[in-house]
Amino acid sequence: MNCIIIDDEATARDVVGQLCSKIPELYVIEEFDNAISALKFLNKQTIDIVFLDIHMPGFSGVDFVQTLKDPPMIILTTSDTDFAITAYEYECIVDYLLKPITLERFEKSIKKINNLGIRQSKTKDAVELVSELGEELYINIDRRLIKIKFDEILIIQANGDYIDVKTEKDEYRVHTTLKKIKNKLPEKLFLQIHRSYIINFTKIIDIEDNSVLIAENVVPISRSSQPELRKRLNLL
Amino acid sequence: MIDLPNLDYINELAGDDIGFRNEFIAVIKEEFPVEKDEYLKHITKKRFKSTAAIVHKLKHKLNIFGMEKSYNIAVDYERELLAGQNDSEKRFINILETIESYIKTI
Repeated sequence: MNCIIIDDEATARDVVGQLCSKIPELYVIEEFDNAISALKFLNKQTIDIVFLDIHMPGFSGVDFVQTLKDPPMIILTTSDTDFAITAYEYECIVDYLLKPITLERFEKSIKKINNLGIRQSKTKDAVELVSELGEELYINIDRRLIKIKFDEILIIQANGDYIDVKTEKDEYRVHTTLKKIKNKLPEKLFLQIHRSYIINFTKIIDIEDNSVLIAENVVPISRSSQPELRKRLNLL
Repeated sequence: MIDLPNLDYINELAGDDIGFRNEFIAVIKEEFPVEKDEYLKHITKKRFKSTAAIVHKLKHKLNIFGMEKSYNIAVDYERELLAGQNDSEKRFINILETIESYIKTI
């Protein structure tokens, strides 16, 4: 589920962002220090959840809720209980988090959304964007979606609950599985050659015995993957 | 007696994420003096509504530092200010000074 955070205080945005980072299914697409900028953003992009502070100077959270035409689910974040009753008059407001927000309470809120039966995301998740855009992959790093072009990826390596995506310039650690990302990669460029490795086989420098050299990385080839790799190569 | 600030909430929030913890504390260190100055600017000129707005912001910091009693004082103070009174002014400035001293140590 994609979400945005609206709060005029940086510390408050950081708190919600950090809590979101602990929920694997939540992706923070953007943070805003005012509701007007968020409204402009929502006119162009569909979002599943908005974490919204009520007390903001000028255009308040209440103004924001009243202005939305097709509101996403809204979770209020505030330090006052005063607005709680009024909040539930709005169908789009699904929960009310009192600051300081604990992880336990935050998790309950997300569970509540799931239990409401509206878990089905209106948007594509970070990895799903891949297929439609064709040439690039968006990965979720520290609550930001970072674009990586397919043809810049060298190796993707499983690493416990994470994968390491090595590109020509950088390396990124992403909380997902090799299986999940494999489904989103174009077959014409990528091949899984080992239980823990997917390679961009256009980047192979040489193949020796049971390993391939990609840039400066030696990657093992499992016995079962060798026939498929050979099939893909333009052998003389 | 003012309750003392602590990092329990920040530590719980950060977990093993030391980077977040340090970054978060850095943001507080940057924001707090600015907000305190803004508070002083408004209260000195007895702009109670503007003062209430900045007290509302500062309240969040009291929460973050686990200062429950001070938070309740701030809640009452904010209401006073919105009603055109400032009876808790002295108590609130003591709270701000306590935080100011504390953030120099973290």
